Amino acid sequence: MPETREEILARIRSALRDAGDREVAAERAAIARGYIRSGHLGPEARLHLFMDRLRDYDAHVVETSADSLPRTIAALLAEHNQKKVIAAAGLPEGLLPGELSFIPEKQADIQDLNDCDGIVTICTSAIAATGTIVLTHGPGEGRRRLTLLPDRHLCVVRAEQVVETVPEAIERLGGLATHPLTFISGPSATADIEMTRIRGVHGPRFLEVVLVR
Amino acid sequence: MRISLFITCYNDTLFPATGQAVVRLLERLGHSIDFPLEQTCCGQMHYNTGYQQEAMPLMRRFVRIFREAEAVCIPSSSCMAMIRDHYPKMAAEQSDPGLRSEVEELLPRVYELSELLVNRLGVEDVGAWFPHRVTYHASCHSQRSLHLGDLPLRLLRKVRGIDLVDLPNIDRCCGFGGTFAVKMGDVSAAMLAEKMRDVENTAAEVVTAVDNSCLMHIFGGLHRARAGVRVAHLAEVLASTQDDGAQEAGA
Amino acid sequence: MTIRVGESAEAPPFQKAALPLLEDPQLRKNVRHATDVIQRKRGLVVAEQTDWQELRNAASAIKAHTLRHLDHYLVQFERACTAGGGQVHWAADADEANRIIAGLVKQYGGNEVIKIKTMTSDETGLNEALERDGIRAHETDLAELIIQLGRDRPSHIVVPALHKNRSQVREIFRERMHLPELGDQPEDLTAAARHYLREKFLNVKIGVCGANFLVAETGSVCIVESEGNGRMCLTLPDVLISLAGIEKVIPLFQDLEVFLQLLPRSATGERMNPYNSLWTGVHPGDGPKHFHVVLLDNGRTGILADAEARQTLQCIRCAACLNACPVYRQTGGHAYGSSYSGPIGAIVTPQLLNMRQGQTLPYASSLCGACYEVCPVRINIPEVLIHLRGRVVREQKSTLDPEALAMKAAAAIFTSRTRFEAAQRLGRLGQAPMVSKGWMRNLPGMLGNWTRVRDLRALPPQTFREWWKAREKAAGKGSHA
Repeated sequence: MPETREEILARIRSALRDAGDREVAAERAAIARGYIRSGHLGPEARLHLFMDRLRDYDAHVVETSADSLPRTIAALLAEHNQKKVIAAAGLPEGLLPGELSFIPEKQADIQDLNDCDGIVTICTSAIAATGTIVLTHGPGEGRRRLTLLPDRHLCVVRAEQVVETVPEAIERLGGLATHPLTFISGPSATADIEMTRIRGVHGPRFLEVVLVR
Repeated sequence: MRISLFITCYNDTLFPATGQAVVRLLERLGHSIDFPLEQTCCGQMHYNTGYQQEAMPLMRRFVRIFREAEAVCIPSSSCMAMIRDHYPKMAAEQSDPGLRSEVEELLPRVYELSELLVNRLGVEDVGAWFPHRVTYHASCHSQRSLHLGDLPLRLLRKVRGIDLVDLPNIDRCCGFGGTFAVKMGDVSAAMLAEKMRDVENTAAEVVTAVDNSCLMHIFGGLHRARAGVRVAHLAEVLASTQDDGAQEAGA
Repeated sequence: MTIRVGESAEAPPFQKAALPLLEDPQLRKNVRHATDVIQRKRGLVVAEQTDWQELRNAASAIKAHTLRHLDHYLVQFERACTAGGGQVHWAADADEANRIIAGLVKQYGGNEVIKIKTMTSDETGLNEALERDGIRAHETDLAELIIQLGRDRPSHIVVPALHKNRSQVREIFRERMHLPELGDQPEDLTAAARHYLREKFLNVKIGVCGANFLVAETGSVCIVESEGNGRMCLTLPDVLISLAGIEKVIPLFQDLEVFLQLLPRSATGERMNPYNSLWTGVHPGDGPKHFHVVLLDNGRTGILADAEARQTLQCIRCAACLNACPVYRQTGGHAYGSSYSGPIGAIVTPQLLNMRQGQTLPYASSLCGACYEVCPVRINIPEVLIHLRGRVVREQKSTLDPEALAMKAAAAIFTSRTRFEAAQRLGRLGQAPMVSKGWMRNLPGMLGNWTRVRDLRALPPQTFREWWKAREKAAGKGSHA
């Protein structure tokens, strides 16, 4: 109701009569942000932290080189006998092993997503301190449902995408802030029953991260 | 140094032995004690129960009595917290700039007992002798308002003959909480039950603390349960020496 | 306007509601276990965050700033969300919010919705309201599903079913999901929920969620979750409706860097929860085609008007204060008679209700300060509790109330040395009939609440001041009098 809007705003203004100076931007700029913004680790230590934190939250991590990437992906898919695998639309050329066939995301309907063996995506950035991968759902990252319904998510992360801290990741996302964003830290989980952590409630039960360095 | 003692209303009435111990201890350390007889209560009970207006004259009274003091000693962390945390705000609410500055000037000279000993007087070994198994209960105000940290423990560790044992879950409230103990008697009792279990698990004979209020509550429960554990304010432990015999303390 | 906070209107006083809970050993064990586990996990991940206090300070400053300019930021959010293809609605109270949401569901031709856990919808009683309009709401968070199927009430803001253990959950699922063979391992129960809900996720066309953060700058909504049920509800339906309290807005996208570090560590003891989702209006080709936000007041502007209690609205609903609270630890959440329990519930509920109900809640605390110590946005809950006690006394209590009279009398005693000393003597005389061997075991009136479970030592024969005066006299100094 338009009148409710005006009523609530009027109540807020009346409630804040005591608040004094109402100059927004200057006051906001004066907020002390004394927390750590950028990390201090070197590249090697940063990647190690990233992998440690991923494993701590039940993700499976493998390292590979750009050249061996398709072979690594093929091996991972074979390891879990994944046959029906969906590839995110817009994956970089040459990322997937040429000898295998993948269902293109655009041809996959919701039933395919529900009963496939897994999916492959890349990401926009990753956070070492929290073991997080960040998707902005552009080319190669899939629509949001792609990384949600299937049981296995294989995500390719390039070393240079890994930042150490959350503020660094947020800064990198700046221009993409109004994209749909998904921060993924390990497979889906719950601790709702006796605080016992159980992996895989509704989202993928298995998160596999391939780190390319 | 001339130290003014604010004994607090409940120590005055219910726990005179604590006040006597403070006097004995500080005099032994070479200081002279002043006890202004006009003092009554800091106003904490009124303030925390919602009767803030009634607490106001008690704050004024405290300030009037102690404003000239060189140092004020309070053997109660919750009364100390009342004064340090709430007096400035209470004074600011009055349209009396004189009062506000009096509070500001007085506060840095007001100390809880262990603060006075360690931080102001610079002493940890007070020459005490207390040959008992003792556990220390860290009251909530001492931990989270005054941030005493390990001050009381540093004093206790220097006591001769003491068998000091850690109390498990030391950061957990005992359930006293002032009028909470009667307004929410059953919940308070449940909290006390846990604290008593922790105390009994230490096999201590004596529970000590910087607040007789918690101790009154804990001892009340232990005594009802015939647990065979007694309590003694930190001042009473520190005042004990081989000469006067430890049996007196807290008895 | 009718303000409601869950079942608060009918809730009994805290001390009475607590009784059956205190006498339920299973519940108390479940609550102790769950809060101990979360506290321990929280302690570990907070300790490794070396800038924790700086993060808390920044979060508190950001929230306080936002509240001081709440009108500005809400209008900015509305503009940005609308520009992104969302629609913003405003609801003055619970009923208006429920009406708007039911109206939207019908407008899109739906008769059922899938829901992400939202305490705000519990506050407004949304599920019951939808039910009355012939709309079925399916809770999809595991704990909320347990509550819904068990016809129970949430007892915790983050882990609403923490008062139930695995075998209690199994009984509920066995009966309501018709699974007689279901095992009682958490894995079995979780798998049953996954199976039970998958079909709902794939078929129900309307989703309802809350919001952890509304970003004014971008018009984005952020949802923080673990199970993936949130992402299901946010992305699979055609229509998504978000119900959010007006205090959920934050100024900048950048501010998320503070809250996304504080919230998971405080709430579940994780460095980051498995999923954070952000979206801005409608994203063509990805997710719902229609997005609505309902901004809810329901008493929040009343809290905003009380400068001393305004900080209450900084809350990000992490429930760290519940897990740290020694009172919550004994009773669990149901004693608070509200969607919001624990220390934050004790200050939020009575304020939302303009102090007309929930008046015992500000007293449901020993003022131990553990809540303030863990609060990631530095709400000084003990200070607000004391302030609200003052409001109860000033606004709600009769001056002839026995407690008020006793407090007045005590104040009169403490303002005069003569009266104080007379009262000390009188107490000593008056106690005589009740004293046995130096102890009192059965006192009348309010003090009976003390001696019901504890003994009380009798007043000693000499007060400290009497001892002091005698000593001064003996020393020939005379007293100050």
